[in-house]
Amino acid sequence: MLTDQAGKGVHHDTPGPGHSAQNPLRTGGNLLQLVSPEGERISHPEFDVWVKDVGDEQLCSLYEDMTVIRRIDAEATALQRQGELALWPPLLGQEASQIGSSRSLRDDEFVFPSYRESGVAYVRGAHLSEIARVWRGNASYGWDPQRINLATPQIIIGSQSLHATGYAMGVQLDGANTAVLAYFGDGATSEGDVNEAMVFAASYQAPVVFFCQNNHWAISEPVRVQSHVQLADRPTGFGIPSMRVDGNDVLAVMAATRVALDRARKGGGPTFIEAVTYRMGPHTTADDPTRYRDPIELEDWAAKDPILRLRKLLEAKGLLTEDVEARVTAKADAVAAELRSNCIEMPDPQPLDVFNHVYSTPNSWIERQKDHYSRYLNSFNQPVEKGAL
Amino acid sequence: MSKLTFARAINAGLRKSLENDPKVVLMGEDIGALGGVFRVTDGLQKDFGKHRVIDSPLAESGIIGTAVGLAYRGYRPVCEIQFDGFIYPAFDQIVSQVAKMHYRTQGRVRMPITIRVPFGGGIGSPEHHSESPEAYFTHTSGLRVVAVSNPQDAYTMIQQAIASDDPVLYFEPKRRYHDKGDVDETIDLSTALPLDKAAVVSAGSDVTLVAYGPLVKTAKDAAMAAADDGISVEVIDLRSLAPIDYPVVEASVRKTGRLVITHEAGQSGGLGAEIAASITERCFHYLESAPVRITGFDVPYPYSKLEMHHLPDLDRILDGVDRALGRPNSLSGLEG
Ligand SMILES: Cc1ncc(C[n+]2csc(CCOP(=O)(O)OP(=O)(O)O)c2C)c(N)n1
Repeated sequence: MLTDQAGKGVHHDTPGPGHSAQNPLRTGGNLLQLVSPEGERISHPEFDVWVKDVGDEQLCSLYEDMTVIRRIDAEATALQRQGELALWPPLLGQEASQIGSSRSLRDDEFVFPSYRESGVAYVRGAHLSEIARVWRGNASYGWDPQRINLATPQIIIGSQSLHATGYAMGVQLDGANTAVLAYFGDGATSEGDVNEAMVFAASYQAPVVFFCQNNHWAISEPVRVQSHVQLADRPTGFGIPSMRVDGNDVLAVMAATRVALDRARKGGGPTFIEAVTYRMGPHTTADDPTRYRDPIELEDWAAKDPILRLRKLLEAKGLLTEDVEARVTAKADAVAAELRSNCIEMPDPQPLDVFNHVYSTPNSWIERQKDHYSRYLNSFNQPVEKGAL
Repeated sequence: MSKLTFARAINAGLRKSLENDPKVVLMGEDIGALGGVFRVTDGLQKDFGKHRVIDSPLAESGIIGTAVGLAYRGYRPVCEIQFDGFIYPAFDQIVSQVAKMHYRTQGRVRMPITIRVPFGGGIGSPEHHSESPEAYFTHTSGLRVVAVSNPQDAYTMIQQAIASDDPVLYFEPKRRYHDKGDVDETIDLSTALPLDKAAVVSAGSDVTLVAYGPLVKTAKDAAMAAADDGISVEVIDLRSLAPIDYPVVEASVRKTGRLVITHEAGQSGGLGAEIAASITERCFHYLESAPVRITGFDVPYPYSKLEMHHLPDLDRILDGVDRALGRPNSLSGLEG
C-alpha cells in the first residue's frame, strides 16, 4: 500500500551516539570506512555485523570482480581508440563503489543505472557483447532489462531516479519485500528529476536506495558547482536518511548498501548513499580532463586506488597467493579477449532495422516510409539496361 | 576577412556581444574552463570572468528558469544547452515561461534570451545526442527559431539573436562545427541580412530546394550534382524557421513550379509539412507537381550504425528532385 506517512523513515533505531535525530544512519558526518587506504581493517561497532559473512573467499572474489572490470574498462578504452567502439565512459577508480553495491543486491532486485555502470552490468550478468553494442553504435539498448533486472543505461541525467522510485512504489503496491536501487552521479543531484524522486520516495516511503557515486566531477564541473553542503546532507531535508561512505572501500560500500537494502525490504523506506570516490579517467573517451583538472588531485586519488587498497588487505591477510593472482589475471585476460572478439565480430545492423520497434503495433506512417525506403535502396540494384551507358 | 571554423565563428560572435554589452551573460554546463564540449565558448571565461561566463549546475530547467529571472532584471542571458536531447528538461520553462512572458505582460516584460542548441546527427553519438527538436519550438508562439548553416551567418546571427528583444532558439548544426569558411568580422549588423530572412544560396530554374542548418551544404552539393544532369536547382537556406520568410520561397516556386524540402527531423508534423502546406496555399496555380519532402523517418533517432540511413543525403535529395520533375525515381509507378 502506498502510504503518506511523513517521518516513517525515522522509526528505524533510536538515534545512537553520532546520529542526528533527522538522520538515524549518518555516522556524525564522517566517512564510513572499514578498510584504511593502507589496507588495514578498521573495526566499526555498527557496520561490522553487516559484513561479518565476508570471509577470505568472498574478499578474493570481490578482488577478482574489481580487477576484471578494470580490465574491461581498459580494453573498451583501447577498442574505442582503435575505432571499434564509438565512445566509452570509463569507470576507472569507481570499481569498489560499483562492485560493493551491486554485489549487495539480490538477483530479484531491480536496478536503474546511468551510462557509467558497466561494472554493475557485469555483476548482474550482462553479456560482454551486450555491454559493448550500445557503445559500438549497434543498438540503443544493451541487455534485456527483464532478464537481469537491470534497466537500460540512462543518458538523460538523473531520469532513472524517478523510474526507480516508481518501480519501488509498484513493489510496495504488490506487497513484495524487495528493494530497488538507482545509480547516479554527483552532478545528477542538481537535476529536478533527482529532487522530485526524493520527494516521491519520501512521501510514499518507497523501498528505493539512491546510490550516488560522487566521483567529484560532472564532466568539467567540480562537485562544488552542484552543492555547498555534502551531498549526503541533502536528502535529510526531504526526510530521507543518508550515509556517506568511502567509495573506494569495497567493504564499507557493501555494508552501507546492505543496511539500506535491508531497511527498504523491511518497509523502512528510502535511503540515500553518497559513495565518495573519484573518476580517474576522462568523462568519456571524447573528453580531455587536462583542460580542467589539476594533475596533483589525480595523484592524490591514485594513492587511494580501490583495487590497491583491497590488494593490501589481502596481502596483510596472506591471501594473495600466486595461485589467486594467476587465477584473477587469467580471468581478466580471458574476459578482455572475449570482449574484443565479441565487439569485432558483431554483425552490423540491416538498413531497414531503422524502422523496427517504434511501436508495438503496426503503424501506417512508418510502414509507408519503410516501403518507400526499401524501394529506394532497391533502385540502386536495378540492372543497367544494355546499351544505356 | 578571416577563415574560421563554424565553432570559432560563433565564439567570435559571442566575444563581440560580451564586449559590446555588459548585460550579456553566458550560462551553461561546462562552458567555462572546458570551453563547452564543442569548445564554442573556449577562452571566454578566462577573458570575461566567472560572473559573465557562468558554469551552471547540471540542471536545464534551472538554466532557462534562472535566465527568465535575469531577463526580468535587465540581463541578456545566452544559455547553452549541451546537446539537443537535453533541452527537454527545460521545455516547460521555454514554452510556458520564456515564450509567453511578453504576451502575458502585454509587452511590459521582455525575454531577450538566446538559447544555443547544437542539433542534428551525423557524428556517431549515442542516443539523445542527435535530435532535431526544432518543430516543437516553431509550434510555440512567442519564440524566434533560427538555424545557421555557415560560419559567416553563425557569426552574424548569434549577435543578432543576442541583440533581439525576443527570445531566440539558435540551432547550431553540430556536424558542421569544424567546417571552415570566410567570415567578415567587420560586418555591420544593421546592414547585414536580418535574422528573419531566408537566402537564395544557389540560383536555379527547374526546382526549388528548401533546406536549413546542416542540410544546406548537402542541398548545395545536390544542386551541383543535378547540374551535371542538366537540371537547374535553386537552393534556399531558410535561416529563420520561425517566422519563415515565405516571400522568398514563394518567389522561387513561382519561377520553378516545383518544390522539394529537406530536413533531418522526422516527417510527420515537421517543418516540411508546414512549408508544403503554406506554399500550396500561396502558389497552387504555379505548382507543376506536389511538393516533395526528403526528411528523417518517423522513428526515434537511430543508433549510430544506422544514422546514415536516417539522414537525408545527396542521393536521397536527388531522388526527390527526380520525383518533383516526374523523372524516373525510386517511387516510379506508385500512386500517392
Ligand atoms: C539532461 C542532461 N543534461 C546534460 C547531459 C550531458 N552530460 C552527460 S554526463 C554529464 C555529467 C554528469 O555528471 P555526474 O552526474 O556527476 O555523473 P558522472 O558522469 O560523473 O558519472 C553531463 C553534463 C546529459 N546527458 N543529460
